[in-house]
Amino acid sequence: MPIYSEKVMEHFMHPRNVGEIENADGIGEEGNPVCGDMMTFYVKVKDGRLEDVKFKTFGCGAAIAVSSMVSEMAMGKTIEEAMKITPKSVADMLEGLPKNKFHCSNLGAQALHKAIEDYLSKQKAGGKA
Amino acid sequence: MRKVYLDNNSTTPILPEVRDAMLPFLGEYFGNPSCLHEWGDPPREALETARGQVADLIGGAPEEIIFTASGTEANNFAVKGLATSNQKKGKHVVVSAIEHFSVLNSAKTLEKMGFTYSTVPVDKFGVVSPAAVRKAIRDDTSVVSIMHANGEVGTLEPIREIAAITKEKGVIFHTDAVATAGSIPVNVKDLGVDALSLAGNMFYGPKGIGALWLKKGTRITPLLDGGLQEGGRRAGTENVAGIVGLGKAAELAKAQMTARVAHLTVLRDRLLKELPARISRVMVTGHPQNRLPGHASFCVEFIEGESMLMLLNSQGVAVTSGSACTSRALLSSHVLLAMGLPHEIAQGSLLFGLGVNNTVEDVDYVLEVLPPIVDRLRQMSPLYSKFLKQQSKGG
Repeated sequence: MPIYSEKVMEHFMHPRNVGEIENADGIGEEGNPVCGDMMTFYVKVKDGRLEDVKFKTFGCGAAIAVSSMVSEMAMGKTIEEAMKITPKSVADMLEGLPKNKFHCSNLGAQALHKAIEDYLSKQKAGGKA
Repeated sequence: MRKVYLDNNSTTPILPEVRDAMLPFLGEYFGNPSCLHEWGDPPREALETARGQVADLIGGAPEEIIFTASGTEANNFAVKGLATSNQKKGKHVVVSAIEHFSVLNSAKTLEKMGFTYSTVPVDKFGVVSPAAVRKAIRDDTSVVSIMHANGEVGTLEPIREIAAITKEKGVIFHTDAVATAGSIPVNVKDLGVDALSLAGNMFYGPKGIGALWLKKGTRITPLLDGGLQEGGRRAGTENVAGIVGLGKAAELAKAQMTARVAHLTVLRDRLLKELPARISRVMVTGHPQNRLPGHASFCVEFIEGESMLMLLNSQGVAVTSGSACTSRALLSSHVLLAMGLPHEIAQGSLLFGLGVNNTVEDVDYVLEVLPPIVDRLRQMSPLYSKFLKQQSKGG
């Protein structure tokens, strides 16, 4: 379907890191089924790095490709690096997203950030440094 | 790879006989039908032949057919043109909640021009209740427009019953028959309507051509000002090839109607029965029995329509969806929402439009490739994992 770039199609057809992490260090959810896209990200953190990133996504082809790309971009990165992933950098890595889908499908970075924030707030609460 | 086109609700293929009938009018018979020299003769005669063929399809008179550029134009023309020409009666129109946007948005445009309109709700099957139409009609109502069948959910509407009410109330009744004309038997006298829209590409004719049937003696304000084509009701040089194609498609539809309906009903019923049997948490949308013969529509829970559509496409199957993601406006189908479905269910909408070229093998191929696609997307879906967790807690 030519509305999507080859990169989007490739990630949509072969999404990376689909799934959930049991006892995840952080979980982040973004979007809602009303607008059609919903993503949940799971992170496992070790020594300030994202040791594992997984996702589950309800949504269109773009939403699934975005989630897959974000998981790939975040894997192994430090928390600081992962927090720098933006919808724009995700879209660039995917060789572009259809204009009208940019906002609704491109929630992966936010969902990832929420998962990281969840981890950080748990850290604070638990007193672990 | 096997290629299976199951999107005949979006458009049908052009039959070879239709194309052959059109070709001379894209070639040697290029003349303008309004011209009095001999170049005008073949196209003019062809227009009148087509007018007869289209009239014959729906049991109208040839002079009651006005050719338009689409079903959308016919609907715009009917709603706006009839409301405008009947302002003395009043400035109120009645439509249903599941009309095509060409009707709904025409009503909205009328509102900007100082008219008002009422929207009649539908039940969970997408059926408009005649009693609700009766209730919506006011003293100042001039036009009621209710579709003959809904293209998204396939439900047939009780047009005859509604027509009895509009007749009693002295209100003009238009029906959008784009989904039915050429697909099931449609007879304007039998239906009792005053105006009816149809479109060529819904029954194996070309795109860019439609018609409004308007009962003799009904006044209408033209949408387009210009020359005196179509009896002064639709200006502009005629799309002769398109009209010829529409006429031929109408003739073939009438001749083959019984066989087509029988064939499509078998395929449809197989899909309606087998898909929910092979995939859990799938619901049929629209009326289970009283629906278009080639129409099978579903909502698959926990996943989204566009991703299903794309994976089906990768397996050579063409379908469509009413999900927000597949619409250019990124809004869920107003039809599914009007039927009371929640957004997350409406997002899983899938529409199969079967056509005369489809076979039982095509249906079986879909029944084979769709369950793994649904499975794959559900494994990815956070809604599905939530559902599974709730289920294990509950059980």
